[in-house]
Amino acid sequence: MKFIRNSALILAIAPLVFAIAACGGDSGQTASTPGTPGSNPAVPATRNRWDNIKSRGQVICGVSGEVPGFSFVGTDGKYSGIDVDVCRAIAAALFDNPDAVEFRNLNSKERFTALQTGEVDILSRNTTLTLSRDTSVGLEFAPVVFYDGQAIMVRKNSNIKSLADLKDKAICVQTGTTTEQNLADQMRKRGITYKPVVFEDVNVTFATYAEGRCDGITADRSALVSRGTILPKPEDNVILNEVISSEPLAPAVAKGDIKWGDAVKWVVYSLVKAEELGITSQNVGQFATSTDPDVKRFLGTEGNLGEGLGLTNDFAARIIKHVGNYAEVYDRNLGPKTKLNLARGQNQLWSKGGLLYSPPFR
Amino acid sequence: MTNSIWRDVRFWRIALQLVAVLLAAVVVVILWGNLQRNLRQLGISFGFDFLKQQASFDIGETLISYKPTDTYSHALWVGLINSLRVAIAGIFLTTIVGVSAGIARLSDNWLVRNITMVYVEVFRNTPLLLQLLFWYFAVFLSFPKTGNKISLWGFIGVSQNGLELPWFTLSPEFSALLLGLTFYTGAFIAEIVRGGIQSVPKGQWEAARSLGLKPGLAMRLVIFPQALRVIIPPLTSQYLNLTKNTSLAIAIGYPDIYFVASTTFNQTGKAVEVILLIMLTYLTLSLTISVVMNLFNRSVQIKER
Repeated sequence: MKFIRNSALILAIAPLVFAIAACGGDSGQTASTPGTPGSNPAVPATRNRWDNIKSRGQVICGVSGEVPGFSFVGTDGKYSGIDVDVCRAIAAALFDNPDAVEFRNLNSKERFTALQTGEVDILSRNTTLTLSRDTSVGLEFAPVVFYDGQAIMVRKNSNIKSLADLKDKAICVQTGTTTEQNLADQMRKRGITYKPVVFEDVNVTFATYAEGRCDGITADRSALVSRGTILPKPEDNVILNEVISSEPLAPAVAKGDIKWGDAVKWVVYSLVKAEELGITSQNVGQFATSTDPDVKRFLGTEGNLGEGLGLTNDFAARIIKHVGNYAEVYDRNLGPKTKLNLARGQNQLWSKGGLLYSPPFR
Repeated sequence: MTNSIWRDVRFWRIALQLVAVLLAAVVVVILWGNLQRNLRQLGISFGFDFLKQQASFDIGETLISYKPTDTYSHALWVGLINSLRVAIAGIFLTTIVGVSAGIARLSDNWLVRNITMVYVEVFRNTPLLLQLLFWYFAVFLSFPKTGNKISLWGFIGVSQNGLELPWFTLSPEFSALLLGLTFYTGAFIAEIVRGGIQSVPKGQWEAARSLGLKPGLAMRLVIFPQALRVIIPPLTSQYLNLTKNTSLAIAIGYPDIYFVASTTFNQTGKAVEVILLIMLTYLTLSLTISVVMNLFNRSVQIKER
């Protein structure tokens, strides 16, 4: 009887302990602040993240690893994609070495916890910037690197031409995404009943669609194009014209880490700014002698903007030298020379009718 | 005289327990403080208010009415009922499969004995997740959507629509999960049943025979009731395993409680709260099954007079 009572006690306590332990370790930041127990821990933590990355000599970057053009592991074992290049740009700015990145594959469910607990320094994983994620999930977003919208893919021979044709049909969705909510919102708004078949794993989601269990599959338009290329018969599928939401995809860092967040933010702006200024990985050397004050400030040959970020003054020059400007990154991963062949569209510079705009480097 | 308390066994029994409780409490307090600090750093607050917010995601399969405009707590109820649906049906079916296979393994018929042996060894020695994916992709989804369904005993159809019974259809996700759990757990129960029957002394068989009972009747009236005493405690464990394993539904898209909770956690970012809720749910389910099975166990024990 006593044994039973003891077991009951342990049973009652154990889950609580595990639950708290599971979420308690914030990359050891609190443990590494001796002398200031409990006194405003936010400040030392901020310094430590930054110091951790620098002393480690490597950025740990959370990516999907399963979306070609965004982040994907090729047959040669190398990562490629626009999300991956953002991480490389950060490594170039910090260490003058675009390969000083350790990539971690995260699914949509793991990603926020990985960032919150400090398992990764940055999340660059086709994640939609939303208000609630910015406020209550403990994330700090960098500028948008890709403006996307949600769409639905169906089989060509299915006679489904619009959302309305999906009435009472099964639609495959991946869980933990804004996609799931957008679909519910849109269908509710239009009074269309449907049957969601929801999976955690992106591969299983697409495999189930490929097997014919679902009449349609929904995801960000870019993801549909990208994953569509690796379906068994890509040409048998078609993406409906209706775009049902706006999905601004942006990298994110953990909240409360202002210095680190600022660095990431201006690395992304650097890519856009370089395109605006016409600086590419090919011609960046020639710009070193430029007399244009805007260019001089940007490349760090004048002023000390980089130091203000805690980086070197030539951080932008490093990024462009190693990774290229936004147009180069886009063309390399999503442009006409790739299988995806996505038009720039709204991901064009503001001066060319798109949405990309960099604040001044001054 | 003053030292006597230190030599008292009763004192030590109580004192050690107090120390254990105290230690546990200290650990909880430290971890709780750490959690609070970390959450504050990230600007996240702890609390269950999010349960009253609108869930705004749809659930494919529900037994009670549900709309995306309902709250997270309602969505979680839907998930819990879906879990219970699989668990109860699973416990029922797996008992039939397990007991039949357990008895069949002791059959005098060579074919029956060896077929069940192959079943038990194959299902017991491969991972459940693999089996679920097998049932889902290789069994249900490999059929064309309409027609061409496989017919079992004339009234059960197996197709991409799931299990088609004359009066209703079970979705492929539910069917794959149910059959996966049933046959996996059934293999373990078969071994338990076999062990239980073999634990009954041979003399009982002989005694039953000498009374003129045929083997079938001897098994039902004499051997099996005695074997139950050995079978029920490990059987309880298998029921608990089956219930907890329903959470693997997430791999094949069946919206159980764990699945709905994951989505909730993902949308709200309330990791700690949601994990506490999940733990509480499974703990409650497990303790309930234990209590029921213990009562049943007591009823089949030999009452000494």
